Amino acid sequence: MAKRRLIPKLQMKTTSSGTRERMALVTTIGFEKVIEVGEPISQAKIYEAQAADELVFLDLDAYNHNKGILVDVIRSAAEQIFIPFTVGGGVKSIDDFRLLLSNGADKVSINTVAVENPSLVTLASKMYGAQCVVVSIDYRKNMDGTNSVWIRGGKEKTNLDPVEWAIECERLGAGEILITSIDRDGSRKGLDIETTAKITSALSIPVITSGGCGLSSHFIEGFKDGNADAVSAGTFFCFQDQNPMQTRAHIKNAGIPIRIHT
Amino acid sequence: MIGIVDYGMGNLLSVKNAFEYLGEDVKTISDPSVLQGVEKIVLPGVGAFGDCIKNLKDKGFIAALNYHVLEKKVPIMGICLGMQVMSKVGHEGGHFEGLGWFDAEVIKLHPSDKKLRVPHVGWTDIEYNKQSPLFAGLNGTPDFYFVHSYYVKCSDEKDMDASYDFGHQVTASIRKNNIFGTQFHPEKSQEHGLRILENFINWKP
Repeated sequence: MAKRRLIPKLQMKTTSSGTRERMALVTTIGFEKVIEVGEPISQAKIYEAQAADELVFLDLDAYNHNKGILVDVIRSAAEQIFIPFTVGGGVKSIDDFRLLLSNGADKVSINTVAVENPSLVTLASKMYGAQCVVVSIDYRKNMDGTNSVWIRGGKEKTNLDPVEWAIECERLGAGEILITSIDRDGSRKGLDIETTAKITSALSIPVITSGGCGLSSHFIEGFKDGNADAVSAGTFFCFQDQNPMQTRAHIKNAGIPIRIHT
Repeated sequence: MIGIVDYGMGNLLSVKNAFEYLGEDVKTISDPSVLQGVEKIVLPGVGAFGDCIKNLKDKGFIAALNYHVLEKKVPIMGICLGMQVMSKVGHEGGHFEGLGWFDAEVIKLHPSDKKLRVPHVGWTDIEYNKQSPLFAGLNGTPDFYFVHSYYVKCSDEKDMDASYDFGHQVTASIRKNNIFGTQFHPEKSQEHGLRILENFINWKP
């Protein structure tokens, strides 16, 4: 049986030094406040050395520029990192899938385009296999306590319910679902266990949950109570003084199968 | 020189990078005639069984692979779908004839436990044949990175070099004569995976 996974999320934004544009590693709070924290590839190598199970690279500026800078980052990740990684941000077409996969991405994450053009999920799944199609679902709580899916990096509300949308994505051919609670993003107050559990019990494909990890006990809740296959976190891994290897030891001690570096 | 078969599917770059990291000369091969002159062949692959066989056929690789692997006995390693197509038959989205090097069928994972998810994605411990030169230098039950929905069901258990438990036994690796295949991705399995690739480089079947 597959071990549960810890997946550091590397969020990136374009910055320019002089005339040259480059990708900077950032972390976000509530999808709004952006803090620059370093360089994506060197951080990715540290995560690999700390036994990350996979990585996710997300280009937060993807709608604003061409994919050239992102492709450079992926190519150098593929040369230096021997664990699987997912790439997302601004994917619009099957050509974008081809571009990212042929430059070393193992999986491609799509979000807005899946809502606007659900047939792309099916097409990509048929062409490249379900295993490389990750549908990312960002959602926020409404005043009445229900949840709604938000697209365009949390800027536009849709009428979709995250649980129903996740079920539909599985039907369309997605191989994995990555859910993020925008309310909890960067808050360090814990994962949204209720929604995670609803989605994992409704789906038969793997579910990655994220948004809100601040303590190692939050990961344990995600696995035990949310029944998530994987937990992804950005802020937690960027700012924690605690070593991710210790987090793993805590998770393992809680009786959850997870990789421990030997 | 290792030749990686490029038939338009699969994450070739990662496989190439991993061999280069180990100091090997690697060539990606999209023209079957170039298989002449490589010492070892790697057949990677992601996607669906039927598309894979069709692409191999369209690009003229089937006859060339049969010649080099079965007659010239060039060692070959299939990865993921590249291992699956070495079977007789694949049942992913239809009924497709494979390369037929192993008396095996490719069928869908069918865990009885609903908690086990398909696709099977992630790091999983395997049991391997302790005599196998491809697993030399590994200890206990090492883990590897898997991502798949279908698996190779061997008719002859002797062909199985490694397996894991998924509510039912799943083939993690096959080997016969000069032919080797892994369901997991060695190029994505850190030190354990690099060890397998190194063993393949040194393999003299």
